[in-house]
Amino acid sequence: MDQFTFIFDILLPALMQGLVITLQLIVCSAPFGLVLGIGVAAGRQYGGPILSRICKMFVLLIKGTPLLLLLFILYFGLPSIGITLTAFTAAVIGFILCNGAYNSEYIRGALLSIKDGQMIAAQALGMTRAQAIRNVILPQALRRAIPGLSNEFIYLIKYSSLAYMITVVELSGAGKNVATKYFIYTETFMVVGIVYLVLVTITTVAVSILEKHVSVPGTSRSTSAAQM
Amino acid sequence: MNSNNIVLRVEDIHKSFGDKEVLRGISFDVVKGETKVFIGPSGTGKSTLLRCINQLTIPDRGRVWLDDEEITNSGTRINYFRQKIGMVFQNYYLFDHLTALKNVELALLKVRGMNKEEAREKALTELRQVGLEDWADHYPAELSGGQAQRVSIARALAMDPEVILFDEPTSALDPELTREVLEVMKRLAQQGMTMLVVTHEMGFACSVATEILFMENGVVAERGTPDLLTHDPQFTRMKNFIGQFNSYRGG
Repeated sequence: MDQFTFIFDILLPALMQGLVITLQLIVCSAPFGLVLGIGVAAGRQYGGPILSRICKMFVLLIKGTPLLLLLFILYFGLPSIGITLTAFTAAVIGFILCNGAYNSEYIRGALLSIKDGQMIAAQALGMTRAQAIRNVILPQALRRAIPGLSNEFIYLIKYSSLAYMITVVELSGAGKNVATKYFIYTETFMVVGIVYLVLVTITTVAVSILEKHVSVPGTSRSTSAAQM
Repeated sequence: MNSNNIVLRVEDIHKSFGDKEVLRGISFDVVKGETKVFIGPSGTGKSTLLRCINQLTIPDRGRVWLDDEEITNSGTRINYFRQKIGMVFQNYYLFDHLTALKNVELALLKVRGMNKEEAREKALTELRQVGLEDWADHYPAELSGGQAQRVSIARALAMDPEVILFDEPTSALDPELTREVLEVMKRLAQQGMTMLVVTHEMGFACSVATEILFMENGVVAERGTPDLLTHDPQFTRMKNFIGQFNSYRGG
């Protein structure tokens, strides 16, 4: 069997199946990770003392422990207290928690960068704090958080490979299975690497299009984007 | 209590920040259609006073009424009162991510619950009022300071307020832009808008104010009509203060 037969007839079909799972993991995790990140950041910044402490503890907990450990607990640990999750669900929950915790820090940084005057002006018009946060603060903060959030999204693409450790045969896992079956490691993992690289490149391009699309005319951010 | 058309009543407002007593008992009534101008050295609590009126800063003591209804300690009803008390800030505080039109529209949609067409119509009317309908689709960063301040005036006007608080509206502007903002304010005063204005623009104060209140060290040190304050010899402190301005002009 020559290399081309191996790559095109065996490896790529197997990787395609893995890629579909990887994409499913990402699509199921990323939106909820974003929502969780917004909630935790807003809770920490604008919540009362109790809520903000809970949010802070959550972030510390997730940041302070390896994601792999979290996945093991969700998949292998929870059945002992009567909660049994499919491997896919356990992976998605783990990714949402991890993605959300890190996202919240980028969003919190962006919230801190919004000047007090925005909140004051909104309240002076009769908006509640919640209305001001939703309509005035967050739309500005999320724009500023895009570079950080896209970074975290790219991490998600790559740490989705950890799902393999709890038996989800995603892209890396599919590669690993082919490699061990045919004893062809170098080529297999190089091709897997290229697929990740393509995913990350597509993301990067999409983010820069998004950033340009939502940039506010007249600000330095839109000017520097236009020069690129 | 409302026999004299009193729109806003401020009674014995006190406010401290830490050890510093910023306001030490301020009281006054505002009659419908009048323009009260607050002047005085920096740090005498003029801006704090305005913020205590719409409760953006909570006073330590004292009460505020709008149309016989108490604003202080009004709980969540404060959001209703804040609609009725417009506010214009030194640094405009326009919503940076929205066009001029959307800046004016936002509270109409979210607070007053208007539908899109109503809000747009109303917002355009207010922008026309300040001479900026052609700039409706521009973002704050694309406006001059004077234009931005006029948009913020339109934003306040859109809520149909009973009184507007102006907190040093021209202090961030050069003389030419100052004039365009003051002209808008002067026109509002002539149209009968009730206004409280903190400013250092003595020309504006003397030509538009129904009463000037000179604040110093957290109290109203002297107050009176512009005529009285500039001609009556008993108002010495304010004259000294104004004299400092004039000495730079070589007069």
